[in-house]
Amino acid sequence: MLVAKDLKKYFGNVRAVDHVNFEIKENEIVALVGSNGAGKTTFINLISGYLKPDSGKIYFMGKEITYLSPVARTKLGIGRSFQTPSLFENNTVLDNVRIALLSIRRKTGEPLKPVDAYEEITKEAQEILSLFGLLDKADLYPTQLPEGDRKILDVAIAFSLQPKLLLLDEPTAGVATKDKFKVMDTLTSVLREKKSSALIVEHDMDVVENYSDRVAVMHSGRIIAEGKPQEILEDKNVKSVLFGR
Amino acid sequence: MSWVYRKISSATFIGYAIFMAILLFMPYILPRQHFILLSYGIAYAIAALGFNLLATYTGLISFGHGAFFAAGAYAVAMIARYAPQYYSFKVVFPAAILSALLLSAFFGAICIRHTRLFFAILTLALTMLVYVPLVKFYYITGGSDGLRVPLPGANMNRLEFLADVYWYFLLASFAAALAIMRLIVTSPFGKALQAIRDNEVRAELVGIPVKRYKFYAFVISGTFTGYAGALWSIINGQVTPEIADWLFSGEIVYMTLLGGLGSFSGPVIGAVLFTYIKLYAMGYTEYWMLLMGATIVVLTLLLPSGIVGGVKSLERLIFKRRGVQSAGG
Repeated sequence: MLVAKDLKKYFGNVRAVDHVNFEIKENEIVALVGSNGAGKTTFINLISGYLKPDSGKIYFMGKEITYLSPVARTKLGIGRSFQTPSLFENNTVLDNVRIALLSIRRKTGEPLKPVDAYEEITKEAQEILSLFGLLDKADLYPTQLPEGDRKILDVAIAFSLQPKLLLLDEPTAGVATKDKFKVMDTLTSVLREKKSSALIVEHDMDVVENYSDRVAVMHSGRIIAEGKPQEILEDKNVKSVLFGR
Repeated sequence: MSWVYRKISSATFIGYAIFMAILLFMPYILPRQHFILLSYGIAYAIAALGFNLLATYTGLISFGHGAFFAAGAYAVAMIARYAPQYYSFKVVFPAAILSALLLSAFFGAICIRHTRLFFAILTLALTMLVYVPLVKFYYITGGSDGLRVPLPGANMNRLEFLADVYWYFLLASFAAALAIMRLIVTSPFGKALQAIRDNEVRAELVGIPVKRYKFYAFVISGTFTGYAGALWSIINGQVTPEIADWLFSGEIVYMTLLGGLGSFSGPVIGAVLFTYIKLYAMGYTEYWMLLMGATIVVLTLLLPSGIVGGVKSLERLIFKRRGVQSAGG
């Protein structure tokens, strides 16, 4: 589904992504782990189109997307969430999801029919909020939400794009422990149902072990190990890189 | 079409309908001087509505809207001067709309790649590209004396004309501008603009074509302002280059700030009030610009969300107190 070939992105002397070759198959959930500054977020930024690579190529569903705009990539089916929640702060929680749905249904060009007239989109947005446990907060503004809920809303926006590939940058960071597994259960069950793939950047090894099919370990801009979660997380080299032991 | 029924039965719609009905009788209620001032205010209100789409709903502050206002006003005056055989309502208003649309498309193509300060400075610089030729090419534009704008197809006294046919035309234009703008800001396109205003990066990553939509908003905004300029030119009877000066663009910003950036009715209230404040300040002192400047400082410090925002805050405070009292009692 997604292939990155010899992908490179340097910031001055910092090798954020250093000649990375990487693949995500259809209906596969891959966890990308690594210490801070390993290049995980830069890698996600390159795939979502937020950054352009210095060299290398990215293919999605057989099509080269290396220099496509973020808008074009979203339309092809790549959605993403952010490490720090990236929300529409002066729009209600409901509208945050409705905006994403209107965009993906190609309705945002409609200038004369009120948003409220799109009842099916409002209903769908409410269903998504219900799925993520935010329906009772639909009329609040994101600034009125606790950090964990803001993070969940950020994931819900990405999810509402119904992507074929979902890029999740630390989706459970800041989410309360009791809600963490609920969010991941919801996400992964819908991803499996829709036969979508996901690349999850995550520090929480419980999440990595329980929800990913494959783990890739990134260190100093390079992928240093790949494989089944149990095998990789038991690997001595990986342990030393991730936990310093 | 249930949304159409919901729309026309909403409190906001009924409020606007009552407001428009009251305005209909203004020629019979207001003394002539105040009536003319109100006519100016209504024309400015349409300009401020256009500016508001860009400032409040797209998050772009333009100091170049005077140029679009001038494009509309000069289109009317130029037809009156150089093609008097075509000088009629049917020709001048479409011509004014077209000239404002083309000018705002030109400005927009240059400006929308930039944001915040760079956007504001670019619009300010570009408006001077319109102002200078209007002053210097006096053999075409009349220079600083400007051009006279006669009454289109009417052998009436100007004041009678303004209080008669033209007042209803002005009101119909105002009602249409309000309705179209309301539809735009509550539509999916309006929501997309608000998403861009809030978070451009995220808007792009949910698939909204940010630059294209900003361009559309800029052109719609400029065209509204140009149409307002055309309406104003007939009330004023004369067009001069001052309306293309960045200071006039600043006045459009002032009107919107006065009424309340962030609200729909704010620019309308601000534009009408501005007309009165300016006239009385000019009559009171030759340092009227100092007075206007002082009001903007006071406004920014004490009422950052303008008059409408201030009234809303007061309303919230009163309801909160009542809530506390009834809870306590």
